[in-house]
Amino acid sequence: MNKEIFKKEIRLSGSGGQGLITAGIILAKAAVLDKVRVTQTQSYGPESRGGASRADVIISNDEFYYPEAVNFDVLLALTQEACEKYSKNLKDSGILIADTTNVKDIVHLEAKVYELPFTEIAMKKLGTILPTNILSLAFLVKITGVVSESSLKTAVCDFVKPQFKKMNLKAIKIGFKLASEEIIS
Amino acid sequence: MSNNKTNPKTILMQGNEAIARGALAAGLDFFAGYPITPSTEIAEICSVELPKFGGKFIQMEDEIASISAIIGASLAGAKTMTATSGPGYSLMTEGIGFAKMTETPCVVVNVMRGGPSTGLPTKPSQSDIMQARWGNHGDAPAIALYPNSVSESYELSIRAMNLAEKYRTCVVLLSDEVLGHMREPIELPDLSQVKIVRRITPTKPPEWYQHYPDNPKYPMPKASFGEGYRFHVTGLSHDSKGFPTNRADETKILMDRLRNKIAYHIDDIVQIENYQMQDAKIAIFAAGISSRAAKEAVMMARKRGIKVGMMRPLTIWPFPDAAVRKFLGDKKAIIVPELNEGQLSLELKRVMGGIWNYEIRKTKKIEEIHRTDGLLITPDQILKSIMEVK
Repeated sequence: MNKEIFKKEIRLSGSGGQGLITAGIILAKAAVLDKVRVTQTQSYGPESRGGASRADVIISNDEFYYPEAVNFDVLLALTQEACEKYSKNLKDSGILIADTTNVKDIVHLEAKVYELPFTEIAMKKLGTILPTNILSLAFLVKITGVVSESSLKTAVCDFVKPQFKKMNLKAIKIGFKLASEEIIS
Repeated sequence: MSNNKTNPKTILMQGNEAIARGALAAGLDFFAGYPITPSTEIAEICSVELPKFGGKFIQMEDEIASISAIIGASLAGAKTMTATSGPGYSLMTEGIGFAKMTETPCVVVNVMRGGPSTGLPTKPSQSDIMQARWGNHGDAPAIALYPNSVSESYELSIRAMNLAEKYRTCVVLLSDEVLGHMREPIELPDLSQVKIVRRITPTKPPEWYQHYPDNPKYPMPKASFGEGYRFHVTGLSHDSKGFPTNRADETKILMDRLRNKIAYHIDDIVQIENYQMQDAKIAIFAAGISSRAAKEAVMMARKRGIKVGMMRPLTIWPFPDAAVRKFLGDKKAIIVPELNEGQLSLELKRVMGGIWNYEIRKTKKIEEIHRTDGLLITPDQILKSIMEVK
């Protein structure tokens, strides 16, 4: 095990209904399986669909108390609005993962940027945009290594209803594969 | 905060769920409520879990009915809870006063959101701290607890249920939108290890029973309706059997008991946390979610070599006067961050020697940080204050 002290502030952002809070809960559950400290918070509007939505996950092996992400190590942006609003708080050493289905314009950043049309990919390969959250989360996990891949799989299987397990496992596989291709290139 | 050494029993849980599970562990058997953001999950979980324990859940038509239902159920022998947020709490205050006056144990959870009125349903706030103390009309002391983590939400939920039983009063459990919806790892205790205050039923013959004894012992015994004991319940000033009275001597006994059962047991009720306070020159006084930012700010300041500590009341009411004087009296400056216009700081200033007169203590400055825009006070914001007062 890596004994070095680490703290990762992760923000998953987009609009209500895209499953970002669900993705945040799953990521936090995976961190619990990894036996590290984790806190998951969220911010959303009164409506259940539409409106800005975000989930923060802080993962560390050291003590920390403030529960919200301030300067992000990782930012996932599924909408243009979220990308604009939050990319300015991304660390220079951080990583931005943007869904180009909705994010058309990214300002110049010091951070590493990954641009992929996750929503389109989900539609094309799985016939529905529903698992876009899991697909992009799997991509994030493979790229950043914030939690182990096996813990992510276990957390997803624990969380989703049995009838959706197969589809979400497929989404994870696609996310991991896309990330592997990015790492190689 | 999560434990570093996690075991297979460690699970991820939301603050609101921890409150519901804590109450269930403490023997909750009746919940009546009217769902309101950001407290809804408490009612939701109780509606699923209570029937499994043989308990009852009722969704009432509004918050006045909810508080009335839990008072009635408590009189009939049940351990009761309801959960709400600011707008609902306002409606419940009449019932809360009635529960205090009739010495009927119950727990009201207030997951605070932005106010006034319906305000900001999905944003955190700490602006009901004074309402938890003074919400009901008439002089009656309050017990209010305020955790700052998921595992503490569980522990203080159990504690709130126990204190309600022990002192036969309405206990308020405060939380806030971020704390209520936040998820953290929690290690649930073995239910057989949870300390529960059980209701003591009278052993005297029914004709000797005083529902309101002149010199009670705590936990205060209580008969339930239907057990053969005759007593009367009214919000009017009452005698030892509960019947209305206008007499000054009987009223004095009642009012003294309401006050003294809390005042004489401050040490049993009050809990505080001191963090890095021993050598601190500057102290942060913070509760609930703001104390999370405060603790982080202490860590940041200490890395810069500034001696800062934090004192946190887990019991907001009764206010920890003696502890505040003991631990904060020798600090050069005190910083009070809170998500309101200065409610804890007002109380702090009262205790520290009068609102305008700091001279009698060593404390030269009380720096207040207020925030009511629906966002949290950040560690950076507190650190800035530390740099200013150091």
